Amino acid sequence: MRKLRIHKGLALALLAAQALAAQTYGLGRPVTAEEAKRADVTIGPEGRELPDGRGTAINGAQVYEVRCKECHGEGGVGGDQAALIGKPEQLRESPPIKTVGSFWPHATTLFDYTRRAMPFEEPGTLTADQIYAVTAYVLHLNGIIEESFELNRETLPGVQMPNRDGFVRDPRGTSAKP
Amino acid sequence: MGRASSTRRAFLGSSALAGAAWTACQSPAPDSEPAPVAGSLGAPVRRYGERSPFEKGVRGVRSTQTPEAASSRTPLDETFGIITPSALHFERHHAGVPQIDPTNHELLIHGLVERPMAFSLDDLKRLPSVSRVHFVECSGNSGGEWSPAGAPSVALSHGLASCSEWTGVPLRVLLDEVGVQPGAGWLLAEGADACLMQRSVTLEKAMEDGLVAYGQNGEAIRPEQGYPLRLILPGWEGNTNVKWLRRIKLTVGPQYVKDETSKYTELMEDGTAWIFTFEMDAKSVITRPSGGHTIPSPGFVEISGLAWSGRGKITRAELSTDGGQTWSDAELQEPVYSRAFTRFRLPWRWDGSEAVLLSRCHDESGYVQPSRAHLIEERGTKSAYHCNRIKGWRVAADGSVTSAEA
Repeated sequence: MRKLRIHKGLALALLAAQALAAQTYGLGRPVTAEEAKRADVTIGPEGRELPDGRGTAINGAQVYEVRCKECHGEGGVGGDQAALIGKPEQLRESPPIKTVGSFWPHATTLFDYTRRAMPFEEPGTLTADQIYAVTAYVLHLNGIIEESFELNRETLPGVQMPNRDGFVRDPRGTSAKP
Repeated sequence: MGRASSTRRAFLGSSALAGAAWTACQSPAPDSEPAPVAGSLGAPVRRYGERSPFEKGVRGVRSTQTPEAASSRTPLDETFGIITPSALHFERHHAGVPQIDPTNHELLIHGLVERPMAFSLDDLKRLPSVSRVHFVECSGNSGGEWSPAGAPSVALSHGLASCSEWTGVPLRVLLDEVGVQPGAGWLLAEGADACLMQRSVTLEKAMEDGLVAYGQNGEAIRPEQGYPLRLILPGWEGNTNVKWLRRIKLTVGPQYVKDETSKYTELMEDGTAWIFTFEMDAKSVITRPSGGHTIPSPGFVEISGLAWSGRGKITRAELSTDGGQTWSDAELQEPVYSRAFTRFRLPWRWDGSEAVLLSRCHDESGYVQPSRAHLIEERGTKSAYHCNRIKGWRVAADGSVTSAEA
């Protein structure tokens, strides 16, 4: 038993030595997984990083009224800032109408951007429940989900956006000709 | 003392051209003649300089309800050579300019790495550094050039591009320090501004020539340009050069954040959109003479401008003074740096008749700057970003210069 413990200790020491050896300069501060997780506000398209919380378009309408309408307009159109409502067919109009409903490929992006950057003058002040709710409201106005559909970390990644397949990787390549 | 003044005399004697101007600001040496003109004392030394009050070039700013999410444009016709003065570097912010105390700022690198780590400014300044001259260009630059008329001045048409000498740590050094795990293919870069601006970029580019920069034109990066730390991805659209850089997360794929899906993508006529259009295509523009200028009289005028490419060095700049019927090669200012402004010049004798000036550049990948018609043939008219068509300036018989229809 004692011998085994020594072997384990040796193995750990060897691993630590290897890790140290891979660093050339020895500068910078090691960060624990917990600290990195606290700083990590990324939300990818699969939504694995979504927080707890829930909301429907019904409560989202109230959040929108108070925190969003002034800039984005009644019902998500007609405001001074970006219109939020539209259909992919409108991408072929002149000028094209690029909105959450017509253009955005992932529903998770709406949650992420609202959480990071909205409301414009007070980003970071909405609760997770409020963000799920207002996300649901905007998706509902676009006809993408039902009014009573509850968004949460399980359901949001499954929401299919109308323009999900509308993007193609840059076809210019690295030696593109005009 | 005697030695010092004799050194000064020797220096003055050796620079005859500068002598006249130079002696006017010096107290005369004991054995010299009195200054030929009486002068009054000038301003004393000062700790941080400012330009002459006679110089008026400023960034162009359009009035908007949200000046924190707006842009300002470099007056390219007021700059010389290839370096943009830091105070005139264009701006594009999405949630204002944060004020960051560098002693409280760290760069966190985490995700698919062996050792998540945070680097302070002191750490970064101890690490191996490089200085490189690179342009940064908003991919919305020249958006007005999709129209036949084009913008009336070079600040309005091309002023969302600037060029600086950037100093910092190659991103590869930092990524080697944290140890990138197999399977990582992209990274997410995040700023410390109010919207936590984010972009996904490829690990390949980060390792090739990505730079975590703290210096701009010999001093700390300006707040508007990302103080104390920004990402520089040479030749890639400006928005990926994340300012106020605070976090890098190594990931398998891109995160499809708002500013790489709903913005900074190019819509085609069929409704599909190009995504991750990172490289800026080769572009050139004549900066002098340009829209808004007036050539006072017929005679000699040097035509001068800037060319740049996200794919490497500019190899050739051609100029036409007859609307594209004939072309001449302009002289490129040496050294030509990769993914940097390149100054070109052509001597010209204006005969006083109407003329249309055009510039067209080539880069080392073989790319040739397209005409508006050629660009529209390829991309339609809805893509908004990445317009790099040939720009023309019309010189009228009275010497006034305006945008030439394309």
